[in-house]
Amino acid sequence: MPAFITSRVLQGIPVVLVVGVLSFAMFAYVGDPVSIMLGQDYTEAQRVALVHTLGLDRPFFIQYARYMWLALHGDFGFSYRLASPVMTLIEQRFPATFELSMTATILSLVIGLPMGVYTGIYRNSWLSRGFMVFSLAGISLPTFLTGILLILIFSVTLGWLPSFGRGAVVNFSHWSTGFLTLSGLKSLILPAITLALFQTTLIVRLVRAEMLEVLRSDYIKFARARGLPNRAINFGHALKNTLVPVITIIGLQIGGLLSFTIVTETVFQWPGMGLLLVQSIAVADIPVMSAYLMLVAVFFLVINLIVDLLYFVVDPRLRVERRAAGAAR
Amino acid sequence: MSDVPAPAAPARPPGAIARALDSDLFYSFRTSPVAVVAAIIAVVCMIGAAFAPWLAPHNPFNLASLSLLDSFKPPVFVSGGSWNYLLGTDDQGRDVLSAIMFGARLSLIVGFASIIFAVLVGVSTGLLAGYSGGWLDTLLMRIADVQLSFPVLLIALLVDGVLAAVLSHNLSDRLRIYVLIVSIGIAQWPQFARTVRGSTLVERNKDYVLAARVIGISRLRVMATHVLPNVMGPVLVIATINLALAIIIEATLSFFGIGLPPTEPSLGTLINNGNNFLFSGDWWMTVFPGLALVLMVLSINLLGDWLRDALNPRLR
Repeated sequence: MPAFITSRVLQGIPVVLVVGVLSFAMFAYVGDPVSIMLGQDYTEAQRVALVHTLGLDRPFFIQYARYMWLALHGDFGFSYRLASPVMTLIEQRFPATFELSMTATILSLVIGLPMGVYTGIYRNSWLSRGFMVFSLAGISLPTFLTGILLILIFSVTLGWLPSFGRGAVVNFSHWSTGFLTLSGLKSLILPAITLALFQTTLIVRLVRAEMLEVLRSDYIKFARARGLPNRAINFGHALKNTLVPVITIIGLQIGGLLSFTIVTETVFQWPGMGLLLVQSIAVADIPVMSAYLMLVAVFFLVINLIVDLLYFVVDPRLRVERRAAGAAR
Repeated sequence: MSDVPAPAAPARPPGAIARALDSDLFYSFRTSPVAVVAAIIAVVCMIGAAFAPWLAPHNPFNLASLSLLDSFKPPVFVSGGSWNYLLGTDDQGRDVLSAIMFGARLSLIVGFASIIFAVLVGVSTGLLAGYSGGWLDTLLMRIADVQLSFPVLLIALLVDGVLAAVLSHNLSDRLRIYVLIVSIGIAQWPQFARTVRGSTLVERNKDYVLAARVIGISRLRVMATHVLPNVMGPVLVIATINLALAIIIEATLSFFGIGLPPTEPSLGTLINNGNNFLFSGDWWMTVFPGLALVLMVLSINLLGDWLRDALNPRLR
């Protein structure tokens, strides 16, 4: 197991370096920070002095190495727009994004798994057909439109829920949470539903397809012949075996979730990393963009690693094969 | 393949249309009600969009015909609406229906152009990688893999941001549409490259390729005229499904305010504009463009699903 983790981490290093080159190239060659920082009136001497202070007159490799070294220590430079360190900005916004996406993921699992199992078992019932129509709508509605429609119904027309922001938050030293106040929880509802909708529909369709596949297999027939109760067959035997593809897709979808958080946060003005990115792109705030790219790459590598490790938990065959392969070696 | 028709000599050679109507593909289309309905909706949307300048009841961009007195008119079925503006008017007094038709036109132009861009880049990369093999294959596919692990929307956002920053000195509204096309195209090429590479690996070892090489045809020509036509089937399916995705991404970027400008609004820009007036209760400026977007995307998605199943020999 440790050998497996090490090899996966080592495989990730070239990816980080390549993304680092892209990120640095953006940082160094796109836009002109000097002219932005100097404003309208400046002398040539002031310009040269600033170029020197910023280290922009040094060779490419030195600048790249310095960039990566600082990035390793969490220093991504200063945002042009907000004039504060990029890392501080991201740290401030991370809790909001994390709480939103976790709530949405849990929501989509809690709703999507039972719906998928149900539509898989009773494929022709009216309720199943209703669920499938709902899932088709969920896939075709662009996320930002879902958000707007929810705002239109629940904020504008009914006036039940707030339409933007995070409500009141409770601050700890490095973390701000909206879970502990009523307004925070109320503000969370609409964005979380918006974000969860697409994931839910995906999980429903996937679990349904897998259930249909598994329920036809011999060992399910055998379990029925043994006279096991339906509950034990459906959940103990069938559902367990659908989990490997479901975990794969959910792992892959967390990447998708990231892009949907960008959309959701913009619609609801949720003060997270996605909103920060969109606001930065609109004014070409390159340091924030390049930092975001780097962090996302690292984030994906971590997610992929976690997904790989989850396989071992879910699928005992993998554990056995690996042990056998290790013994053979 | 078992279902190749026997070469029976017909009384007269059928025309291209007759042959198309008689094909397996058209039969599968005719017998699938979902595909037929989706195709009708898609065709209506596309005709309405393509011929917007002639079909639209008003010209929303003719400043001379706009009057602020006509602004914020509700749709016809709400009290205060008039038949003159079926779906109401926006804050500038522009007819919402006409704006949707012109907007859908831009959305479709960007969607199609970016898919063509992605197909050009992706298919040639995949063909080159699959046919050459070796280090070039490894390099190109590693790049595609790394990019594939990022969400398409994120790539399009970042490319758009970088291009906009690079071109910021002379980024006129005219240029924005090209920036959009390129960023959405770049975001989608790896899927095409991977698929084409896969089929190329199969095709390149077949006898007809070997024969072509033996008679001394150049590498480029073998790739372009012999292998290429045989790997294009799956590309068509991915292109259809990705067209829907491209339209959604364009709408999303325009909704963010970094896509098409308000002077040349696509559906996303219209929704963004309507969103500003959502709280004053003027819902029609948002809901109708949104509905048009959903109809277009849904019908293209359903067509793509049907095409995938129809072209999949295992499902026949």
